[in-house]
Order: sequence, then C-alpha cells, then structure tokens
Amino acid sequence: MFMRFLLLFSRQGKLRLQKWFTPLTDREKKKVIRDMMMLVLARPARSCNFLQWRDLKIVYKRWYASLYFCAGLEDHDNELLALEVLHRYVELLDKYFGNVCELDIIFNFEKAYFILDEFLMEGEILETSKVAVGVSLEEADTLQETMEEYMSKPAY
Amino acid sequence: MSPSVPLQEMIRAIRSARTQCEERGVIQRECATIRAQFRQADNEGRSHNLAKLLYVHMLGYPAHFGQMECVRMIASPRYSEKRVGYLGAMMLLDEKQDASLLITNSIKNDLANSNQYVQSLALCTLACMGSAEMCRDLAPEINRLLRASNSYIKKKAALCAVHIVRKVQDLGELFAPSARCLLTEKNHGVLHGAVVLITELCECNPESLERFRKTVPDLVQIMKGLVISGYSPDHDVAGISDPFLQVRKCEIMKLILTKIDTNAFNLIYVFTIQVATNTDSTKTVGNAVLYETVLTVLDIKSESGLRVLAVNILGRFLLNNDRNIRYIAMISLQKIVGTDHNAVQRHRGTIVDCLKDQDASVKRRALELSLALVSASNIRSMMKELLSFLSSCPPELRSQTASGIFIAAERYAPSQRWHIDTILHVLTTAGGDVRDETVPNLIQLITNTSELHCYTVHKLYRALHNDISQQPLVQVACWCIGEYGDLLLRGECQEMEPVQVTEDDVLDVLEAVLQSHMSSPSTRGFALTATMKLSTRITENVDRIRSIVSIYGSCIDVELQQRAVEYNALFKKYDHMRYSTEWLGQRFLVFVCSTFSAGLSPPICGFPQVCDLLDLLGGSEPPLQSSPALGSTAPLPVGTAGTAGGDLLDLLGGLEPTAIMTVLLSVFSVAPTVSVYDKDGVTVTLSCEKQSDSGLSITLTASNSTDSDIRGFTLQAAVPKVCISASNKILAVHLKSSFSFQVNLKMRLRISYTSQGSAVQDTVQVDSFPGLGH
Repeated sequence: MFMRFLLLFSRQGKLRLQKWFTPLTDREKKKVIRDMMMLVLARPARSCNFLQWRDLKIVYKRWYASLYFCAGLEDHDNELLALEVLHRYVELLDKYFGNVCELDIIFNFEKAYFILDEFLMEGEILETSKVAVGVSLEEADTLQETMEEYMSKPAY
Repeated sequence: MSPSVPLQEMIRAIRSARTQCEERGVIQRECATIRAQFRQADNEGRSHNLAKLLYVHMLGYPAHFGQMECVRMIASPRYSEKRVGYLGAMMLLDEKQDASLLITNSIKNDLANSNQYVQSLALCTLACMGSAEMCRDLAPEINRLLRASNSYIKKKAALCAVHIVRKVQDLGELFAPSARCLLTEKNHGVLHGAVVLITELCECNPESLERFRKTVPDLVQIMKGLVISGYSPDHDVAGISDPFLQVRKCEIMKLILTKIDTNAFNLIYVFTIQVATNTDSTKTVGNAVLYETVLTVLDIKSESGLRVLAVNILGRFLLNNDRNIRYIAMISLQKIVGTDHNAVQRHRGTIVDCLKDQDASVKRRALELSLALVSASNIRSMMKELLSFLSSCPPELRSQTASGIFIAAERYAPSQRWHIDTILHVLTTAGGDVRDETVPNLIQLITNTSELHCYTVHKLYRALHNDISQQPLVQVACWCIGEYGDLLLRGECQEMEPVQVTEDDVLDVLEAVLQSHMSSPSTRGFALTATMKLSTRITENVDRIRSIVSIYGSCIDVELQQRAVEYNALFKKYDHMRYSTEWLGQRFLVFVCSTFSAGLSPPICGFPQVCDLLDLLGGSEPPLQSSPALGSTAPLPVGTAGTAGGDLLDLLGGLEPTAIMTVLLSVFSVAPTVSVYDKDGVTVTLSCEKQSDSGLSITLTASNSTDSDIRGFTLQAAVPKVCISASNKILAVHLKSSFSFQVNLKMRLRISYTSQGSAVQDTVQVDSFPGLGH
C-alpha cells in the first residue's frame, strides 16, 4: 500500500501531525491540508470512512471525539487495510503514552513522530508486530537519556 | 535576551493565547529567541529549541531559518540532538532545497555507525526526503545494509531501497539479488519489506519479473503458513495472523501473475479457497484480507470458478451492515461490471437499495453501479428507482443522475411515449441540473414522434402552467406550444384527458414566461418565437400577439429586439401572406421560423424525406417529389418540393440562420431577371437580389405560355453545398456562429413536366447571376 500522506487534526481545524510520503511544495501541502479538513470535518457521524478526492482515495477515522486521522491512498490500494493501519497507529500511541489523549499528542508531538517513524516508512508498513515497535522505542529512549546524562557530566 | 522556555511551556503559552493576534505575538517572541540562540555556537538546549521551532512550523508559521540548524544538529555526536535534527530535516527540508545536499555526508557517516538506532535515523530520513542524487550516492551503502545480520536494520534498509528505486529506476538492478535473499527470512518485518521491494522492482523493471516469477511458490507457501498456522501473538490482529503481510503477498502475486502467464493458477486457487474459508469475516481486518484476495482474483486472468467465488464474496459484502464494506464492494463491482455483467446483475436489488442509504459516498457508488446495470430487460423498474432517487438525491449528484437517466432512456426506451414521459419527469424534478444539449435533443425527439404531438403539447402545457422556473422545461414547452399550438387549442387528445384551453390562456402563459424574472434570455427568445408562430395558428388574438411582439421591439436585449423587429416586419409587409401560405404546406413558415429559433443545423434536424438535391450536381437520379400542379403563372419560392423544407436548408446549407429569414422576407421582391430556360412555351426566369452581406435571395419564376395545361411540373434547384468543418455541434438558441467563405455560385435546375401528352425533362445550369456585383 502506498500512502501519500497522513494527517492528524482536531475538530477545530488545528493540525497535530503531518507526514508526507511524496515531495510536495509548502503551498501544495497547505492546500491539501485545507481541503482535507474541509472534506472530513463536514462529514456527518456514522458515515462511510472513505472519500474520493482528486485522484486519491481518502480514508479517515475519528478518535477521542475530537481527533481525526486522515490518510491519502492511491487508487489501487486497499482501503480496509488503511483503516487497520490507522487503528494500529492509535494502538501504538496508546501503548506508549498509556491511555493516550489529544493533549499527549500536542505536548509530545516529537514522540508521536518517532513512533510513526518506527511503524511506517515510505508510505509502507515497516513493522507488523506491536511488540517489536514498542521494544525499539523503549531502547531508543533509553539511548537518548544515557547520552544526555553522559554529555551533561562536567568534564574536569 | 529573555531566557528560553522549554518546549512544553512554550506550547502552553501558545495555547493559552486567547486571540490570533496574541498567539502571533507569543510566537514572534519565541522565534526571535530561538534565532538568537541558533547563532550561538554552543548551547545546552539546542534540541529543545529546534523542537520548539518545529512546533511553530506545524502551526503554519515560517521556519526556514531552522534549516541550517538541522544540518548542524544532525552532525552532532549526541543521540538526542541527532534525533531532533533528523526530525527537523524531514519536516523542514525536502529534496528541492539546497540544504538537503549538505546532510548527505552526515547520513553516510551515520549509516556506518555502530549503533543501530543511529543507523535507523539515517535510513528513515533518506527514505523520507532523499533526492535522486542522494539516492545515487548512498545506494551501495543501502545494498550493504540489506545483507546485514541485524533484522531491525534489514527491514529499514529494504524500505529505504524501495524509496531509492522509486526515485531512480535504474538502481533496481543493484538491489535485485539482495531482495531475493530476504525472502528466506523468518522475521515478519523483514519479509514485509522484502515483498514490498520485490513488488517495486517488478513494477518498474519488467525483466526482473522473470527472475522473481520463481518466487511465487515460496510466496504461496508463506501465505499458507500464515493462514493456517497457529496463533502468533505478536502479529495477530483480531485473530488474523499478520493481515498486513497477507495482503502484501496477495498484491505481489497479483502483480506477477498479471504480467506473466504462469501455471501457478492452481496454487492461487488453493490458497484463495483457504483464505476465504479460514478468514473470519466478522471483523474489518478479516474483510480486508478477503477484499484483497478478491481484487487479486479479479485482476488476474483466473478461471471462472474463482471469479464466481470472488463475486460471491462481494455479494456477501453488499449485505454487510457496515457501510465501509458495502462501499468497497460496490467499487469492486464497478470494475467488473463490464466483463462479468450477468454476475453483477444478480445483485442488482441490493445495489438499488443502497441508493436509499444515508451516506453520500455510498449513494454515489450505488448510482454509478445502477446506471451501469441498466439494460433492456430491466429498464422500466430501474427507471422508476432512478427517478425516485432523483427527487431525493443530494444536489451534487443530480446532474450526473439526470444525464445517466437520459443516456439509459435513449438506449433502452421501450416506447416513444415512455421516453418522452421520462424526459419530462426529469425536467420537472431536476430541470436546473440538466445539460444544455438536452433541449435540442428533446425537441428533435418530439418532432420525430409525430403521433404523440398532441399528447406532448398537452402535457407540456400543463407542466408550464404549474411551474415556469425550470428553464429547460420552459424552453421545450414554449417551442412545443408554438409548433403545435393548434393541436392544443383543438382540445381533443386520445392519449390523455384533454384540457379546454383557450387562445387567451395560451397567450397568458407565454406572456408570463416573457415577463418572469426567472426566465433567462434564451428562454425569452423561445417564448417570443412561439408567440409569433401562434399568429398563424390562432384566429382571434392576432392583435394581442402583435402588441406583445412590438413591445420587445425596444427591448434591451439585442437578440430579442432583433427578433421582435423582424417579426414586426412580417406583420406589416406580409400580412396578406399569412393565410395564403396554405399551399406552401402548413408548416413551411413554421419550419423556417423554428429553424431560426432553434438554430438547428441540417444534419441534426432530422426532418424526414429530405430530398438530396445535391445529387443533381452529381448527375444521379434522385427521387423526385411532385409539387402541386400549376396551370398558370405563379411565382415559386425556391425549392418547393412538398417536403418540410429540408431542401431549403440543403440549398442554403452553411449560411447563417438569419439568412433564411432574409430569404423569406425578400421572396417576392422584384429584381433584374434573366431567363434560364425557354422551351416550347415553358419559361423559367431567375432573379436574384443581394439582401445583405451574407444573404442572397433567388427567385425562380416559371410561366406557361402554351395553350394547354402543364401537368406534373417540378422544378428543383441545387447549389453547391459548402462544407464547413468543425460544426457538428448543435447551435444553441441565439448563439450565432458566422462562417465566412468564398463561393462561386452555380445553380443547376431540373425541370420536368408533362405537356400535351409528352413528358419533358431538362437540366439547365446557371453560371452567372444578375444583380450580383461580379
């Protein structure tokens, strides 16, 4: 499956995360974000999770009452699987932050990106095992602290 | 210089800003601080600063001054700084920026780092924003990593290689051998990456297809293992083991098998059956895998048994409660409705039910599929459904529905009356959304079904009486009333309950249309012309018509004004002609006017019995039409042949519609004459007069100076038809297109008659015309 982009935004139209898997200019990115917000936020509840926009399929899912996850797929991709991918990402966030809510993603946005980078790359799924992703994130975090601690030790 | 605030405090500050202005102020202050701190060489909180900048960037504010800082941080030995630096690179840099080249060296160094997490950072960034040059530089490194012993690195390297291949197709050759080896791995992540890589290689390079074709049995084996084997907690999603990998396998097999003809079909058959039976379809994820297998089966040239299985699975999806499943089922059915039409027809009932679904996406898919499923056998029931859908569908789907209905009606209409009824129904419900060609098409259709003229005009009159806001409907109704107004006034109709209509009622309606603010200029044109046409049909209210028409002689709209003035001229100059046009054929005047108003060009007109006068020029014998026998001198307008005047158009083909009117008006004017035929007492003289720059009126006068009657006198005239290209569009009403061309006017006349018992037939060619300048 080749995802073109992944966006997270709130019900009020604030962007929380953006990941682009194709090169686009800043202007184009802004246009896509605006269009996505307009399309997705206008959908009534309990509607189908799939839309058509230009030549892409858009898959979106609403979580935590106010956060929308929106992904753009190419025409030949499997939409149901994309829904599963979004679901899996939410599970990973949940596991990492422990009962994640939107505020966690706002205040720790860089961690949300790190988690995403362990799960998806180049629009494709990198790791299909939840456990493996969790383990590598933990190890990377310990690495971070260790080096910081090490570097902040005064060198006499 | 204010102290820098760590990231979270800054976020809190921004969020607590109550207005946009306040927020901008906070961000400007922070950015200034960050900029100042970037300029400092060594700083403890560098990663915090960059993180803050990235947050600001995500809110939409400019952050390009952080690009160089990213480059510096990537080169830092600290992991935390590297991490944020690479994140910044992915967010702020892209392949078009020059700064991205600066990090190539850092990436190269990091790819060789002993720590796998540093390596993975580099791989990730390269896969995200690597440009073609960077990819070319670093491809050998990636290839080396593909063969590393660490599966964590291998899986990342595999997807990085995918990116490289997508950017630079030629490098695919480099990765092919390593990719093949990766398939033997046990680790699902690596397997997944390997399958993606092989898919990408096959897609861009057809030669590698051959090489990987041998892998198909291996792939099927792995698939089987996944489907049948026991529970693997790591990769499980709701009871399905590793659906992501399963789906990926399906995709690659689909790819390989569509491109090459192999005998692996039996393998596919086996594994598809297993998937279908073993996969739990109550959860979305199970359906995802099933869906993928269905897509695979339908894409490759599988045998009919498999296709039936696939369509059955889709049928089950259609009955699912989940909207998403129904939606994707309809998308897939849409793809195969051309090839497996009968199989899809079986599910027609369910699909039509989906038209009533609340969801707009589902409705749209159901509409497209329903339109594709319309056939001669189910046209009546489908049309009922489609028409009820039209009345309740969301506005964005209306025009698509309307045009779909028209196309279906045209193709499969069981009867003319049904066809007209359907079109009228659409015009009354969704008149504003139909396309422009509908009006002329409908007019043509009505004209062709002469037996239903009475019925049609009654129905249209009623519809017009109810509602004059739908423009296409009003236009057609006006035209019809103008054309067949006498049938309306006569008041009898076999097909339906007639309504007693007086001339005043009809004129009231037309006047209402003319005066309504809802009418567009073209609609007013239709109404005015219709009013004019009625002047030949009704007897009592001619004065009223005259007054209506003369009002528009000073209308602001130039088009209407022109028409009104010309019609007025008809009233003044040729009033005597009004009732003596009987022998011209009732509809002659009407035809000319309607041609003028509808702007139909000859090929689309479709009038029956068009005599091909051009054959005269070619020399072959056309079927001749006889005109009323003439016993005395009488002026003949051009081209009388008893038909509805299609000849007239042929003769004048290519001239502007106004020219026809001009001809009509000058038909009886006197001009210099020349004799073109003189034999045995029968003479034909020709006179022509240049009316305007585009119009030429020709009058042929036949006279009999013998003692006895001439019977069966036929005169046919033809001029060379001028071919104008690019004109098979229908000229919409009041849209004139001008054609300018140079023609050497020639005319050939065929004269035949019976005189004193003997039949005479002659052909004369006229090359020079009096009255012309040259």
